[in-house]
Amino acid sequence: MLLQVERLDVYYGAVHALKGVTLCAEAGEIVTLIGANGAGKTTLLRTISGVIPSRSGRVTFEGRDITRLPAHDIVGLGISQAPEGRLVFANLTVEDNLELGAYRRKDRPGISKDREEVFRLFPRLRERRRQSAGTLSGGEQQMLAIGRALMSRPRLLLLDEPSLGLAPLLVREIFRTVREINQRGVTVLLVEQNAHMALSIAGRGYVLETGHVRLEDRAERLLQNDEVRRAYLGG
Amino acid sequence: MSEFLQQLVNGVTWGSVYALIALGYTMVYGILRLINFAHGDVYMLGAFFGLYAAQWIGAADHPTPVRAFVVLVAAMLGCGAVGAIIERAAYKPVRRSSRLAALITAIGVSLLLENGGILVFGPNPRFFPQIVPSSQISLGHGVSISNQQVIILVVSTGLMFALRFIVLNTRVGKAMRAVSHNHMAAALMGISVDRIITFTFVLGSMLAAAAGVLVALQNPKIDPLMGIMPGLKAFVAAVLGGIGNIPGAVLGGLVMGIAEVLVVGYLSPSYRDAIAFVLLIVILLVRPTGILGTQAAEKV
Repeated sequence: MLLQVERLDVYYGAVHALKGVTLCAEAGEIVTLIGANGAGKTTLLRTISGVIPSRSGRVTFEGRDITRLPAHDIVGLGISQAPEGRLVFANLTVEDNLELGAYRRKDRPGISKDREEVFRLFPRLRERRRQSAGTLSGGEQQMLAIGRALMSRPRLLLLDEPSLGLAPLLVREIFRTVREINQRGVTVLLVEQNAHMALSIAGRGYVLETGHVRLEDRAERLLQNDEVRRAYLGG
Repeated sequence: MSEFLQQLVNGVTWGSVYALIALGYTMVYGILRLINFAHGDVYMLGAFFGLYAAQWIGAADHPTPVRAFVVLVAAMLGCGAVGAIIERAAYKPVRRSSRLAALITAIGVSLLLENGGILVFGPNPRFFPQIVPSSQISLGHGVSISNQQVIILVVSTGLMFALRFIVLNTRVGKAMRAVSHNHMAAALMGISVDRIITFTFVLGSMLAAAAGVLVALQNPKIDPLMGIMPGLKAFVAAVLGGIGNIPGAVLGGLVMGIAEVLVVGYLSPSYRDAIAFVLLIVILLVRPTGILGTQAAEKV
């Protein structure tokens, strides 16, 4: 098992944001996490990445307990995240953003090779490589956020709402690329409000509701599930 | 005309000192949104560390350029360490608290350094040894510059370019910019945000130390409260240029130095300190973001 989250409890001040969440991801999978606003999806990703502390429970990655590790060490172990709202470094260039993605790495040739790879996945980033990230469109910023996350050579990629605020055509392009990234051996944990899109590329899915895992199943079965259809797929 | 040029030379010299101190304010603000009110006192410590270093290596009795350089470096290293200790011991524990708590902590650290300084160095002014014998260089047309002023200008300009290089071109500089943009996003890149914050304090404190030694070359009377006024003025200079903006701090420092010297020269020396606060009020009324500042996109 690549990632294992066991009975995780997280509080935001007095708010009990995650209540005993258990989930896992096998190497090579795309696992999606769907749910309404405030269900705890983003909290879960941030807890896995180590930027929010958990009160109890355990996160293990490749058999190693990472629950109490600081965020920067977790990146070094092979988990990276393209956060909600992209959070690209607006006043730095596209290239500098990608370089920061590889902050923990020292292998110069490998870094340039991976940057070329990101440019191949997202040709538009290559065109804008010397532009500051703040001048990019929303879709380009999302590409940059994903590309930046790939620069640490993760084995597990956490994606938080990559479709947020993007035109349908761009969403499809991004999802196609996510699948391509996965086919190269990167396991993906995808948080989405666009449940239909997410379930169409994922192998398995979890439905999160107010901090609980409500359902867990193969993606195609969740797509057929009446409850899921009513609540998340618009009938 | 020659008098005006002479004033300008003096103003730019003073301004470059303010700029060095202002850089520390603006870097810390950029990264933590905190006004480090103890920064002026770090400048004071720089002068005292320089004094002790000069006595230790005998730079007072046998001044050589190498010894003067050693004094400068020693003061910078000493203050760099002090900066790191201040950040770890005082500011880090309150980082997740309200900004008001951090601000009050900063004032507390400032008082601690001032009164600790009185305790350790004594309340009376001390004489900073002449580690560089003074001489005057004529620039023609009745304008002259002292070799100490030249040293101030050269060293401060050099340090500013070094800082610029660090911030724009090095790995740690890019990490500083990432942290100043968003702590969480920086942490998700694998950047140790704590380490970068400490590094920023070290860098700012080293610049303040250099300013302390440079000023002491020209005004050799140093005392534990000498940091209060220059600290406040450099803070105003940072606001003037646009707090959080590095070129802004340099510009604000120069404007401040020139304004001050002109006021002393053409109005009255008693307005010397007042002009700083006139500038502050004017900038806050006319352009609160500062000359080079942009509307900061507040994090939500």
